Amino acid sequence: MSSADVVAAVMFAAITLYAVFAGADFGSGMWDLLAGSTQRGAKTRRLIDRAIGPVWEANHVWLIFVLVFLWTGFPRPFGQIMRDLAIPFWLVGLGIVLRGSGFAFRKFAPDIRSARIMGIMFASSSVVTPFFLGTIAGAIASGRVGTGAVDDETIWLSPTSLVGGVLAVATCAFLAAVFLTAEADRARDIELAEELRLKAFFAAAVTGAIALAGVIPLRNDAPTLFDGLTGRGAPEIALSTVAGVATLMFLRRRELRRARVSAVIAVAAIVLGWGFGQYPWILVDTVTIEDGAGNSATLTALLVASGIAAIIITPALVLLFRLADENKLAH
Amino acid sequence: MSPEHLLIADALLPARNQMALSLGAHIILACFGMAMPAMIYVLHRKGINGDDAALELAKRWSKIAGVLFAIGAVSGTILSFEMGLLWPGLMEKYGDVLGTAFALEGISFFVEAVFLGIYVYGWDKLDPRKHILMLLPMVLAGISGSFFVVSVNAWMNSPAGFTEVDGVVVDVDPLAAIFNSAVPLQFLHMFFAAYMVAGFGMASIYAGGWLRGRRGRLQELGILVPLTFAAVLTPLQPVVGHFAGQRIADEQPIKLAAIEGLAETEERVPTVLGGIYQDDELVGEITVPIPGLASFLAQNSFDAEIVGLDAVPEDERPPVNIVRFSFQIMVGIGTALVGLVAVAGWRWRKRRDTFFESTWMLRGIAVSGVAAVVAMETGWITTEVGRQPWIVHGLMRTEEAVTDGDWVWYSLTGLIIVYLLMGLAGFGVLRSMSKRWAAGETDLESPYGPSRLTADELDISDHDAVEVPA
Ligand code: HDD
Ligand code: HEM
Ligand code: HEM
Repeated sequence: MSSADVVAAVMFAAITLYAVFAGADFGSGMWDLLAGSTQRGAKTRRLIDRAIGPVWEANHVWLIFVLVFLWTGFPRPFGQIMRDLAIPFWLVGLGIVLRGSGFAFRKFAPDIRSARIMGIMFASSSVVTPFFLGTIAGAIASGRVGTGAVDDETIWLSPTSLVGGVLAVATCAFLAAVFLTAEADRARDIELAEELRLKAFFAAAVTGAIALAGVIPLRNDAPTLFDGLTGRGAPEIALSTVAGVATLMFLRRRELRRARVSAVIAVAAIVLGWGFGQYPWILVDTVTIEDGAGNSATLTALLVASGIAAIIITPALVLLFRLADENKLAH
Repeated sequence: MSPEHLLIADALLPARNQMALSLGAHIILACFGMAMPAMIYVLHRKGINGDDAALELAKRWSKIAGVLFAIGAVSGTILSFEMGLLWPGLMEKYGDVLGTAFALEGISFFVEAVFLGIYVYGWDKLDPRKHILMLLPMVLAGISGSFFVVSVNAWMNSPAGFTEVDGVVVDVDPLAAIFNSAVPLQFLHMFFAAYMVAGFGMASIYAGGWLRGRRGRLQELGILVPLTFAAVLTPLQPVVGHFAGQRIADEQPIKLAAIEGLAETEERVPTVLGGIYQDDELVGEITVPIPGLASFLAQNSFDAEIVGLDAVPEDERPPVNIVRFSFQIMVGIGTALVGLVAVAGWRWRKRRDTFFESTWMLRGIAVSGVAAVVAMETGWITTEVGRQPWIVHGLMRTEEAVTDGDWVWYSLTGLIIVYLLMGLAGFGVLRSMSKRWAAGETDLESPYGPSRLTADELDISDHDAVEVPA
């Protein structure tokens, strides 16, 4: 493996972590949206607030990491992506701003009415943001970036992009439902946990169905990716399927900690499957990882930076999640 | 002009305005993000040693910091998008030169975000001695993060760490790019500015409250602690600024010429206060020349020669008046703030028992926050506009870097609206927090129940609710 490959692998690992951790945060926002009226939804919303309050900013930084790795490691493909996909990126940016400020503000809002508006802003942008992120992934994975088809709207509204968007939304909802069920159970709110467990079960089934059905349109729309997913990426896709089924089983048996683990595996595997399926392209069908890479000294520097990051960030994140898990972070 | 050229020129103006708006907004939040952890640390330490008012203040400020950090993070994300969306030409060519600093900055963000989460949500749950320690990584990450991001800006002023052969970048040296010659002074100046903005900013809120009759131990601390941070650094800021000016004289003489409004290369150049630069000279009713000062600032000698704008062709000169006004506002405010801390320091030493009785001093403190923000913003305008027309000094013009997208006016309009609303909402939220505190209420547990609804009314089972002391 060349150092460009390693940098790409690190970047993909960061994408996977973002998908899992921020995915659960986005999904929590979706369940917030569906929690019902102020009175009825209060319990769920309070659970969500506690579950993601302390962690969402740390989870968000993975996205920054991915961007920085992309522009530093692969400057020209990065430029091409930003040129071609400006519109979905702006929509993602808008979603991120409304989501972050809505979440931060609603807790301290002056009155119920404005809290509700901010809450709705937070919750609805939690749906919009992953959708457009998914369309971006779909545009890259289907080989549309860098082909000069910028004016063609299908560049980010193609079947593959739509599959990407819908799948991203479903995945987030699925992850969050499983996480929140475990969270409610741990808080010994049995009633809420049961309610969420049902939702998780439903979300898992729907997500699985979308993921499997989603492969079909790829055959014509994104042949390179389709070949990759059924070839190099096949083991990951299989793993994801198994883990997804296992999650359903664990949910049924109320083995919630295990359900949490298998849900993470199911989502991580599908993202990694995309990565393996797309290899060796950075922009599918146009630029390979090797050709798109920046200066070799910079790649080395990025790897050193990743090492430093691993040493510094891992213990910090472990501490954060451990404290959150021990219920030491709440108010 | 060819139609293509027009299109590019079309994107340049809104793109620059958009960058200025988003950076100008982000930087204010970033200042608080950088400097508040240290101030909260001092208060929290006092609190652990038995000062209840200080502990309460630390708690309140951590909540404020939490809100500010959240909007700092989202506005920072917008900036990261904009680096590529607005300036793809810059990133495509130089992304692998300037990017390493951003990667290291990312690590700092992680550390800040993790420990902020732990600190803000750890009240009353974590062991107090461990809890307070969570601030220290944030203090350090604030320093390192701002260093690395300012390093990128400094690199644009003083590019280093690569060679260019036929317009292609080769031989990148990431460390040399990060530690370029502009970074030490720019970083120090920015770092001090951040502590001044946050220090004067927080103090001014409590000074304003004091003048309106909100007086007590809490308000005293709310003025004294941040003011002390700001007061220590304020006298040093002009010194650092002076050295920054010398660096410009060496490396970006045209920026200096714009700052001074100097048309032709001259010796013993005065600094002229006021006036407008028109047709190669400074005109105006009130212009106050201070003989030799510009020469002194640039070269440490009142007789030194300074390069004038005529040293380069017209299309390589920045817009002089914007740069000059901005610079003079910054320096003016900087001088006034030195005066303010001199007065406050003197009173503190000689008249401590009547320190809070000087209405004039308190009025000064009450406006110092806004003044510091203005100084910082005008400082950045000096730096950024003074670098024009270059995005990378001497190597790449800004119009070469800008996107050819036709959406920039829309994104600019959208950003103005969104940031305006966000600013208003943020202001409303901070006000409501302060009102609630003043009334002795605390925030309610449920996100949708901040006002009259109590936990009982919302029928929340209170299995593990935390008691928040009033
Ligand atoms: C509280 C804010 C503040 C205050 C009081 C001052 N400055 Fe400043 N100045 C900044 C905040 C700032 C800044 C916003 O932080 C800048 C923009 C870029 C930078 O590195 O610092 C800056 C830039 C900047 C530059 C341009 C640097 C460059 O382009 O590389 C010069 C020459 C000075 N300053 C000089 C001064 C002098 C002589 C001051 C005397 C009072 C002064 N500044 C006060
Ligand atoms: C945070 C403080 C900063 C402020 C307030 C600020 C302000 C500005 C302003 C006013 C402009 C517009 C210049 C013009 O219209 O002529 C600008 C442009 C720009 N700045 Fe900064 N800047 C800051 C820091 C930075 C940093 C740290 C970077 C890089 C990492 C940066 C990158 C840019 C870029 C790429 C442009 C657009 C190109 C240009 O017009 O030169 N800025 N900034
Ligand atoms: C082009 C310039 C810039 C970019 C691309 C940028 C990017 C970012 C990003 C992505 C974040 C969010 C990190 C998170 O998720 O927590 C952030 C936050 C932050 N940035 Fe910037 N930034 C820029 C300019 C600056 C400057 C000039 C400073 C200070 C000198 C600064 C200081 C901070 C700090 C302290 C934070 C932490 C969050 C906060 O306290 O608000 N940034 N920035």
